[in-house]
Amino acid sequence: MYVIVVGAGKVGWNLARELLDKGHEVTLVESDRDRFTRVEQELEHNVQYGDASELWLLEKIGISRADLVIAVTGDDEDNMLICQVAKEKYMVDRIIARVNNPRNREHFELLGVRPNVSATNLILRLIEHEVPEYGLVHLLDLPQEKLEIIEMLLPPKSKAAGQRVVDLQMPEGSLLISVLRGDHGFVPTADTVLEEGDEVLAVLDPRVEEDLTAYFGPDGGSAE
Amino acid sequence: MAPARPLDSIQAVFILIVGVGRVGSAVARTMLKEGHEVSCLDEDRESQARLEVGMDSSWEDSGGHFTVGTGLEIDALETAGIERADAFVAATNGDNTNIVVAQIAQRRFQVPTVIARVLDPRRAEWYDAQGLRTICPTRVAIEMLEGEVLAAAGHAEHTSEDSSSTASAESSEEE
Repeated sequence: MYVIVVGAGKVGWNLARELLDKGHEVTLVESDRDRFTRVEQELEHNVQYGDASELWLLEKIGISRADLVIAVTGDDEDNMLICQVAKEKYMVDRIIARVNNPRNREHFELLGVRPNVSATNLILRLIEHEVPEYGLVHLLDLPQEKLEIIEMLLPPKSKAAGQRVVDLQMPEGSLLISVLRGDHGFVPTADTVLEEGDEVLAVLDPRVEEDLTAYFGPDGGSAE
Repeated sequence: MAPARPLDSIQAVFILIVGVGRVGSAVARTMLKEGHEVSCLDEDRESQARLEVGMDSSWEDSGGHFTVGTGLEIDALETAGIERADAFVAATNGDNTNIVVAQIAQRRFQVPTVIARVLDPRRAEWYDAQGLRTICPTRVAIEMLEGEVLAAAGHAEHTSEDSSSTASAESSEEE
């Protein structure tokens, strides 16, 4: 695979090294002269000095044959536009952009720059995962496909506890895919009976997330 | 000269200008004098002083609006009135900022007229082809310089026509 990595900071430099170790062809682009000189001592011809916002530079390093462009500079606007141009002008199949300021994430989405990765959001996810009080944990989000996988703890007095899976009346557009109980997880069958304290994994349309949370919550199913 | 047009004879529009440098401030002043409503957004509070150069009263007393913030901050854009803007000008000193905020104005707020200042000629051309109106001062400068240089070269050839008939024959072919 030919991978272009823009920005030779800690993230970019390590990414380039890992990708090279895995046998991929890599060009790492850095616009700071001093940084470039340092990185070049290790990565040699795999580093290119210059500003990847400039189209001629992208063309010089062969962007149109790139399989993947990763923009991980410290500047969100640069990352957005490098990926936008890679995708829309040079038809690069896959792009990955780093989001430095999580508030800018909506702009990446607006410009169609996906996937975009924000360290802050990743750490928030980990906190959600480690701290069960948050209740619902997003394990996977596929916003374009309108699908997500969530993990949720069945709280005390959950109306779903004590019910067989076949009798559950989960919202349309959601599906129970596994149950974590004690220290093991399993794929439930129609006869599995849910218990308080179970963690359930479900795949669903994000638009029914609230309904699902309410259904598994302490007062869920009270209308039935 | 003709008397100043009365305000009711022109269609006053609301213009939001992001970036109040030399270009943005000059455009802002002109538009305000023409009777339009002008709102400026700049991250530097002091740049308001640049708007007031040559004006008798302060920018705000003259009817202009000024907001401190950047074009990436949705709150700042909304405070500056983007939701009722008829026209949006991205004129900061950074191409990337201008291209991003112009697309925010266009795609998120559907401002009818969006113009971005882009110094890089190739990106200006490409984004223009994607439906974003760009103004490229570099392109204008290149064309003017080329025109001047060619005119000077043509003039020089013209005056040396007698001494070198080959050169003038070549130049007429190029025309």
